[in-house]
Amino acid sequence: MTSAAKSDSNPVPTAAEADGDDVLLRVENLVKYFPIKGTGLFREKEFVHAVDGVSLTIPRGQTFGIVGETGCGKSTLARCVARLYDVTSGRIVFDGRDITKVSQRSMRPLRREIQMIFQDPIGSLNPRRRVGSIIGDPFAIHGLASGAERKRRVQELMERVGLNPEHYNRFPAEFSGGQRQRIGVARALAFQPKLIICDEPVSALDVSIQAQVINLLADLQAEFGLTYIFIAHDLSVVRHVSKSIAVMYLGKVTEIAPAEDLFTVPRHPYTGALLSAVPVPNPDESDQRKQIILVGDVPSPIAPPSGCRFHPRCPKAAPVCVTDDPPLEPRLGDGPEHPAACHLPMAAGENLADFHPEISKEERVVEVEGSLLPDDAQPADIADALPVRQEGGKP
Amino acid sequence: MSMPELASAGESEVLDETGEAAASRKIEGRSPWRLAYERLRVDRAAKIALGTILVIVLLAILAPVFAKITGHGPNQQFIDTGSNAEGGPVPPSGTFWLGTDNNARDLFIRILYGARVSLLVGVLATLISTALGVVLGLAAGFIGGFVDTVIARLIDVMLSIPFLILAISIAYVSGPSVWLVIVIVGVLSFTYLARIVRGQVISIKGREFIEAARALGAGPWRIMFVDLLPNVLAQVIVYATLLIPLAIVAEATLSFLGVGVPPPTADWGSMISDASGWFQYGYWWFLLFPSMALLITTLAFNIFGDSVRDALDPRGAGIYV
Repeated sequence: MTSAAKSDSNPVPTAAEADGDDVLLRVENLVKYFPIKGTGLFREKEFVHAVDGVSLTIPRGQTFGIVGETGCGKSTLARCVARLYDVTSGRIVFDGRDITKVSQRSMRPLRREIQMIFQDPIGSLNPRRRVGSIIGDPFAIHGLASGAERKRRVQELMERVGLNPEHYNRFPAEFSGGQRQRIGVARALAFQPKLIICDEPVSALDVSIQAQVINLLADLQAEFGLTYIFIAHDLSVVRHVSKSIAVMYLGKVTEIAPAEDLFTVPRHPYTGALLSAVPVPNPDESDQRKQIILVGDVPSPIAPPSGCRFHPRCPKAAPVCVTDDPPLEPRLGDGPEHPAACHLPMAAGENLADFHPEISKEERVVEVEGSLLPDDAQPADIADALPVRQEGGKP
Repeated sequence: MSMPELASAGESEVLDETGEAAASRKIEGRSPWRLAYERLRVDRAAKIALGTILVIVLLAILAPVFAKITGHGPNQQFIDTGSNAEGGPVPPSGTFWLGTDNNARDLFIRILYGARVSLLVGVLATLISTALGVVLGLAAGFIGGFVDTVIARLIDVMLSIPFLILAISIAYVSGPSVWLVIVIVGVLSFTYLARIVRGQVISIKGREFIEAARALGAGPWRIMFVDLLPNVLAQVIVYATLLIPLAIVAEATLSFLGVGVPPPTADWGSMISDASGWFQYGYWWFLLFPSMALLITTLAFNIFGDSVRDALDPRGAGIYV
């Protein structure tokens, strides 16, 4: 973190601009489109706009959270950073090196520095291979250790993540969900990577087990100085582990903020709506607050809405939101660490339920299929009409 | 049924809820292969079929021993004792245990030597088609794109050509030999296996553990043979077991039609072919015994293959055997 450390680890920065040593990963205007096959003879090429112009700067030694609904592109972003997908355009600079166009073969040494932990503790472990051989994979693939040496190091890793090293010869199916996730952690840890991308690492686990795995990740971070990209849709988990958090919606980052700021002064209405969905573990408080239920569904990422992508569902939507795509920049006097992509950011203490969009239904449903609400219905009405949607609310 | 047995298998002490450590020590993890083996072990049909196969293999191996005991070589003709007044085969007797054929040769000895040919063709042809099917299926499923298109079209073309016509044409042009039969049967029957492997690979390659392997830096070869192959191995083994009797029948068919194993090599297909003309005149043993040999062998392999499939099926009953 000091300048001395910088000159040791990276004397000649190869990237166009030399990042400060405190920046481990810089993502610039990253775009990833997936082509979809049309039907018919003269098929029109269509694309899923999975990640559409995302820029992030991830500091070394911290946990950077990414939240968003299913399908917002957060997992695609992670896989682009890990170079499991080729990016459509944009730049990924890891540790001073531009890895955007590095071939899969040249990527191999870099794989030791970027590792992933996957969401599905069952699906991410080969069911037909023994745990020892799964965790030993990194050593086998990179020819780092073999035979008794590999076994010793695998058992060290197993012990480090809280598994019984004697279970070396077991199959993944013989472990519980939390233990399997520990196997995944051990495998990712084998190289002592600089960056570990955790793609919803605890979403498939029981809450009590979630805490164990999160604490394990925190311990390992303290011990090895790891940097995490922590992807989740559980806001409370992300808040607990992350130093700063990016919120994604339909392939774009809507807001980036230090964890506490995001929860106290959200600027983007989407963030505000997300936060109001977090259950409050206090029934009295829960009864009083007004939950914001967003109207409609997430629009199709094949034909995303014009302007601000959130405008068809936003309670504050105005004509400018339909025409202009808001840049991601600090709003309402926030510091540079808290940019939001919104023309009409929320002020502190503002209640989204009090707002009605200034644009008509027709304008709101631009390129959005599916049923929306009648013209006269307001988000607040929906909130009252659908009490079952209010988690922890009135019975 | 299962839990008490599991417990009593080790020591006769009752497992209580609190003795978790004791339980985890005693409930030993069983691999999918071990489970399959344990299911096979209690499957009576599988045991009988496997026993039959072992007896046939043993008889084929010991064919020269029986030749020495009876003093009859496989291609030796016994004009005086082995043919009747009209020059036809003689029925089973103390000298010729299963009678003789139309050339006054010992039918029993020839059936034993014929088993060698059948088993050789069955196993080698299956090995060839399994290797081809696995490699092409893995490549088509995993690499996809152009490679997949080429292999899939190749399979379609091969499936659209009738096996017998193609095999007869090749054998007729090249001249009959055992090795040619092995290659023909092996190469022409990889298609179904390749399709099965391809389909399995396509369904598996999207799973996260393949992505995890790529994230670790594994190359395509390693992913295909270390990560994917173990997951399709069960299907491959099942299908390969069922391919053996198919190959044996295919070989017998080619020999029956005169384009398989060349005479005078003893072979069940050509023996059945020779006998078919004599059956109507009452020489029943000549047709019956080679046919029975072929029937019993293919039936044993088929029943065993079915049992292997049941045993390897993860949804199969009797997990707690």
